[in-house]
Amino acid sequence: MATIQQLNINGRTYSTEADADTSLLFVLRDHLDLTGSKYGCGEGQCGACTVLIDGKSRRSCITRVGDVAQKQITTIEGLAQGDRLHPVQQAFLDEGAMQCAYCTSGMIMTAVSLLNTMRDSSAGEIARLMEGNICRCGTQPRIVLAIQRAAKAVNASKT
Amino acid sequence: MSKDLQFDASIEPERYELTAPPTYHFDVDRREFFRFLGAGILIVCVLKDAHAHQESGAGQGAQGPSLPKEIGAWLHIGEDGNVTVYTGKVEVGQNIRTSLTQAVAEELHVPVGSIQMVMGDTKLTPYDRGTFGSRTTPEMNLQLRKVASAARDTLIVLAAAQWQVDRKRLSAADGKITDSESKRTVEYAALVKGKQLTETLPVEDPLIPAAQWTVAGQPLPKVNGRDFVTGKHRYPYDQRLPDMLYGKVLRPASFGATLSSLNTQEAEKIPGVVVVHDGNFVGVAAPSAEIASRALAAIRAEWKSPPQISNKELFEYLKKNPAEGSGPLDSPFRYEKGSMDKALASADHRLQQTYTAEYIAHCPLEPRAALAQWSGDDLTVWTGTQRPFGVRTELAAAFRVPEERVRVLMPDTGSGYGGKHTGDAAIEAARLARAAKRPVKVMWTREEEFTWAYFRPAAVIDVNSSVRNDGKITGWEFHNYNSGAAGIPTFYDIENQRIEFHPARTPLRQGSYRALAATVNHFARESFMDELAHQIKMDPLEFRLKNLKNERLSAVFEAGAKRFRWNQGKTNPGRGFGMGGGFEKGGNVATFAEVAVDRKSGEVKVARLVTAFECGAIVNPDGLRNQLEGANIMALGGALFEAIEFANGQILNGRFSDYRLPRFSDVPVLETVMIDRKDIPSAGAGESSLVGVAPAIANAIFDATGVRLRSLPLVPNGLKVA
Repeated sequence: MATIQQLNINGRTYSTEADADTSLLFVLRDHLDLTGSKYGCGEGQCGACTVLIDGKSRRSCITRVGDVAQKQITTIEGLAQGDRLHPVQQAFLDEGAMQCAYCTSGMIMTAVSLLNTMRDSSAGEIARLMEGNICRCGTQPRIVLAIQRAAKAVNASKT
Repeated sequence: MSKDLQFDASIEPERYELTAPPTYHFDVDRREFFRFLGAGILIVCVLKDAHAHQESGAGQGAQGPSLPKEIGAWLHIGEDGNVTVYTGKVEVGQNIRTSLTQAVAEELHVPVGSIQMVMGDTKLTPYDRGTFGSRTTPEMNLQLRKVASAARDTLIVLAAAQWQVDRKRLSAADGKITDSESKRTVEYAALVKGKQLTETLPVEDPLIPAAQWTVAGQPLPKVNGRDFVTGKHRYPYDQRLPDMLYGKVLRPASFGATLSSLNTQEAEKIPGVVVVHDGNFVGVAAPSAEIASRALAAIRAEWKSPPQISNKELFEYLKKNPAEGSGPLDSPFRYEKGSMDKALASADHRLQQTYTAEYIAHCPLEPRAALAQWSGDDLTVWTGTQRPFGVRTELAAAFRVPEERVRVLMPDTGSGYGGKHTGDAAIEAARLARAAKRPVKVMWTREEEFTWAYFRPAAVIDVNSSVRNDGKITGWEFHNYNSGAAGIPTFYDIENQRIEFHPARTPLRQGSYRALAATVNHFARESFMDELAHQIKMDPLEFRLKNLKNERLSAVFEAGAKRFRWNQGKTNPGRGFGMGGGFEKGGNVATFAEVAVDRKSGEVKVARLVTAFECGAIVNPDGLRNQLEGANIMALGGALFEAIEFANGQILNGRFSDYRLPRFSDVPVLETVMIDRKDIPSAGAGESSLVGVAPAIANAIFDATGVRLRSLPLVPNGLKVA
């Protein structure tokens, strides 16, 4: 079996030694101690493990590390630029969009990716795109507000 | 029984939460404390009951080297001015780290940012029974306010002595004491420099009334929120030690199965693998989780499984199998008042119905995890639990070591909802670590969490009642089988009552769940109230108010009805309106639901939930709203579609692809009306806010379709309307 020895994560090169079939989440957490991406279900159902692969959200728990060895991986740890939070991170803070916050990094990563793809920032559209992420504490209404706030901030910075 | 039990929140302690560990009497040497904390001042809150036995007297300062034994919390102000607060409560997402910080900031007059809360560490924090039962706000919040207030007074006394002025001239604000005449100021940090001063808490220390709060009573975001949005916070699942091994446990083929044969030879051949076989426990520890999984798969085991029932026989089984043991869930509850028989005999209307509820799972998004480390006979475990001291007791018993040698630390955890009271993962990790002589981390998979944790108890509830033509309920008989007695007394004013909880033998492991049995007891009671109202052709709101004497409860029903626009009636024929409410753990709640039923597809959609809520003085309105919204959404899952399917001692739907949880599209428009009663002490809100949701939805479905649903979940496969 092929062994993966290098990964590009958050703009850095990480050395590892993992079978190509190993799940990306596992490599991130156990090999590289990047524990911001969470295990919630192991079957791509809850979204707690979401990372960006070349800017698009992917469930790292069901992603083979061999499939992303040549790609740019972004995890929650790489989202802020120094002390400056990404607008989505900031919006989650501003809206108080968390309780236990175990789902938060996955929510944020999913939201970052959909800011580029969503048709509009209506609550219905956001709910449709966030359907794959579970928040058991029930902070969904606030998460929708946070994403709307972030969309506004990103649009404002473009103009 | 003669005492009228209505509205007495203390009547029903949560039987299955009271696992009753021996109360640990903390005994700390003060000098040791300062060695550990550094110089400064230390304020100790002695629990009320213990105070009576404290001969040194309150407010006199502790005499002798030892601190009082029964301590609720303590607070230290260091030479750098930083405030550290110690409490045995834990953070599982209810955001008490924030609300408790607010309470301290309010009384001590320091910025929120200068306060650090140390929570749920059995070595550093005072004993605490556990974080459950909505007790943090009514108890710990009050204790910390008192501790902080005493600290402020102590600082004022210190400043008065330093300046040789009357303390009445001095006031505290923003971490400083100011002399109102000379205008000079001194910072707390300067006042405590070089001091090693201990104060025990005065019994009667006036606190700032809620009406004058400036920090408390205001919205405050999660204090360490930045650590969560950046992924920096380490949950129990994320803990790590150098040299750590990964542990996995071989799970039995079914509940109650026993090992009939075991062969671990192949697993033991894998380099670095340690295999432990101890009674029915079989586990492995390995340098990586992959190797641990491989080792586990290499073990050959045969299990003997006893025959067990499935969902199909569940409700009949619960009624026919009374509990035989003496477990915490096995104590019956019985209450009688007046004569139920007479009430039924002279009734204008009578109605009898049966309601049921399936087992449901907590599904904390973070499954159980523990990291254990032995150093000789000293054991340290990091784990996610709502009862760190209870887990310490479990560990001490499992390994036959004194509790003093066991330290349990609880990093802020990925939720619990009453589902993380036990120390299963902690014991597994510790057992493996002991054998491996290395630290071991055990992380449960989602399937393990579904199968080997415990469930909210299933229920059968029989209700029987009599009503007069004018709408007055005259008799009320209520029997709950298996699920518990929380919220079982009716809060309606009824002359004749017979209320019983019948403990049953449970086919599945069950335990506490946010709001306990109050959710299903309210579901049955409030659904039945709706049925009665329809039978006598009375408006459900009017019917409830006619039978209610409790003004706080009437007030939430009226406030909710107003916001919901109940009296205007529904405009859309495909829609239905319903309500349900009650009183639980100091909180009053009324929930109003609007549902839409698609008759063709059978889809039931909750369009709107309005919740009116009152739990005394509000500590953090934003935190409260967050709790109310979350409780509504969690309760929505249990009301509509959550159910554990089981057969032959196995869980059949133990994964997220099979067990449906509320998702974004399930979330209705949520409106909350929060009534702030500054004249009433604050109560918790995380549980009581769930109880009105299921009956409100069931009643709204009836309103929309004429179909009466009496089983939770209501519509796991949609609703077929003839």
